[in-house]
Amino acid sequence: MTSSIAVEQAGSGSAAAGQSRLRGGYTGFVLGRLLTAVGMLGFVLVTNFFLFRVLPGDPARTFGRGRFTTPEQLEEFNRTYGFGQPIGEQFLTYLGNIASGDLGLSVSTRAPVSELILDRIWPTLLLVGTSTLLATVLGVWLGVNQAWRRGSGFDRSSTMGALTLYSMPEWWLGMVFIATLAAGVGPLPRLFPTGGLHSPGVDPSSFAGVLDTAWHLTLPVITLTLAYLADYALIMRSSLLDEIGEDYLTTARAKGLRDVTVRNRHAVRNALLPTTTLIALNLGFVVAGAITVETVFSIEGLGLLAVEGLRGPDFWLLQGTFLVASAAVIVANLIANLIYGLLDPRVRT
Amino acid sequence: MNTDAPLLRIEGLRLTYHSDGVGVPAVRGVDLVVRRGEIVGVAGESGCGKSTLASTILRLQPASARVEGTVEFEGVDVLTMRWGELRAMRWAGASIVFQGALHSLNPVQRAGAQIVEAISVHEPGIDQAALDVRVAGLLEEVGLSPALATAYPHQLSGGQRQRVMIAMALACRPSLIVADEPTTALDVMVQAQVLEVLTGLVRDRGVGMLIISHDLSVLANLCDRIAVMYAGRIVEVGPGDAIFASPLHPYAAALAGAFPRIGDQASRFAPAGLAGDPPQPEALPPGCTFAPRCPRVVSECHQVDPQLEDHPGHRKAACIRVGGGVR
Repeated sequence: MTSSIAVEQAGSGSAAAGQSRLRGGYTGFVLGRLLTAVGMLGFVLVTNFFLFRVLPGDPARTFGRGRFTTPEQLEEFNRTYGFGQPIGEQFLTYLGNIASGDLGLSVSTRAPVSELILDRIWPTLLLVGTSTLLATVLGVWLGVNQAWRRGSGFDRSSTMGALTLYSMPEWWLGMVFIATLAAGVGPLPRLFPTGGLHSPGVDPSSFAGVLDTAWHLTLPVITLTLAYLADYALIMRSSLLDEIGEDYLTTARAKGLRDVTVRNRHAVRNALLPTTTLIALNLGFVVAGAITVETVFSIEGLGLLAVEGLRGPDFWLLQGTFLVASAAVIVANLIANLIYGLLDPRVRT
Repeated sequence: MNTDAPLLRIEGLRLTYHSDGVGVPAVRGVDLVVRRGEIVGVAGESGCGKSTLASTILRLQPASARVEGTVEFEGVDVLTMRWGELRAMRWAGASIVFQGALHSLNPVQRAGAQIVEAISVHEPGIDQAALDVRVAGLLEEVGLSPALATAYPHQLSGGQRQRVMIAMALACRPSLIVADEPTTALDVMVQAQVLEVLTGLVRDRGVGMLIISHDLSVLANLCDRIAVMYAGRIVEVGPGDAIFASPLHPYAAALAGAFPRIGDQASRFAPAGLAGDPPQPEALPPGCTFAPRCPRVVSECHQVDPQLEDHPGHRKAACIRVGGGVR
């Protein structure tokens, strides 16, 4: 077969090119994504600074809350917190301080904002991390089973349930849980605490303390999970429905694969691509949801800290929590993007 | 397994798609036989039921389709097989080269891995070294470099993808290969190469092949026999060269005239087309389904539903105006 020999040579040429593209591909992709993330972070830094400078109100007067203050006191306040400097100089100081991990002093407690945030970040990470993980795993599982048995009783009832959950705000869901499972309804005893993270008198680092924290976090985690589970299930369901008619699934079936292998190895694997993107885009909303859930369940986390900052208003505290929340979303997005690159060879080349 | 039986015997096959309570007959009574070492072609316009026919050979038709008749592979009815038997028969007994290999290959799996998957389903416990050797050998057999095993489908050209698809179809050494429009998406040069690879396989391995195409000129030189389908039925069947050179049925004649013949200047400048579209399968005309488009139609055609009848030279045609019918 002379024709095939000619094609073989042409084929090996492009194969070599393909391999080099594959090897360099992921590194290049990672670098590109890192650059994008750094750029976004820079944008957030700038926005974060100027956003709090264009807010109406003089910080010194706001903090005085209408009490009589002498001009000397106001000047003293502005000097301490750096409000007297020209705006350009303030911005440079701001950048320099952030680079050295200094997020300023809280106006109301006089504690360094970075310390306050470090104190409060763990409950939020625990809450958001657990809920996102649960919502993703359960949501993807639910969506896969709905789509694969489209039109079945399971599909119809669980899609209806997902839509109902999807339409409930997380703070409302949280209050319903508090009113029922935490307060006790009728013969039902109080199963869970109404709020907080620890019971008084329990050492959080002991084994009993860990169980106690888990018990406190149960309702908040369920609330946040349910609120986003529906979202992920609906996304996964529609992504998989888009794949079900594809020809490569017929090929997989024709090869003699079991239905479950066709589903998991071929259909779900491809349907995960759009789902990954949408879950990443959703992370910002999960962080926002954490603020309301922490408020409803009085969990001393980053969300509640931001709410305290708003009440002040405590400019440095707000600025710090905004920065950390934005950075967290950017980092989570970066991770999701890198996973996408691993899942889909087409974006790497 | 019955070795005396033909490789593939389709008899009285009817397939009806059901949607919203409406039955759409896609295949309406088809008989077809493929023997070992034989290449059989199925030709017809899009929508004539030829791909649906191919899908029933591995029982790949959608669950909503109702199938009647028999599809026997090596003497065993595919339509009534248990799932385990069916999975074992798929790909190892008969494999399919699908059309449009861009969509028929999994976009996120390497070419080699997709071939390996087919082998390891049917030969569990085969070790990695043996798999690598098998995949390299298969790729070489279809004229590709073994290095392409690590490439993803989007990194391959159309011709390379179709060759990967053929290599995959050969992976489990099937005795029947169904090629569903294997060259439709390819340019003429690559088309010739792919067809060369396919027919070489039948010669070298003695497998049977059912090749489906809308292009009668492609099938004419390859096939021992050709069946021409129209509106879910075979309207003419006979030796490949005879059907293309001297078609009996007016539809086969139109199909043969639709493609210019190489070396025939006249046909090149005046390709004979056919006015109109094939009938909607849910609203077939009475009598001969081809009558509304037929250039040789007579009034009787609208009443009589013609059946396949024997004609000299091992040929059959379903038309009352052929042979001893109404002139």
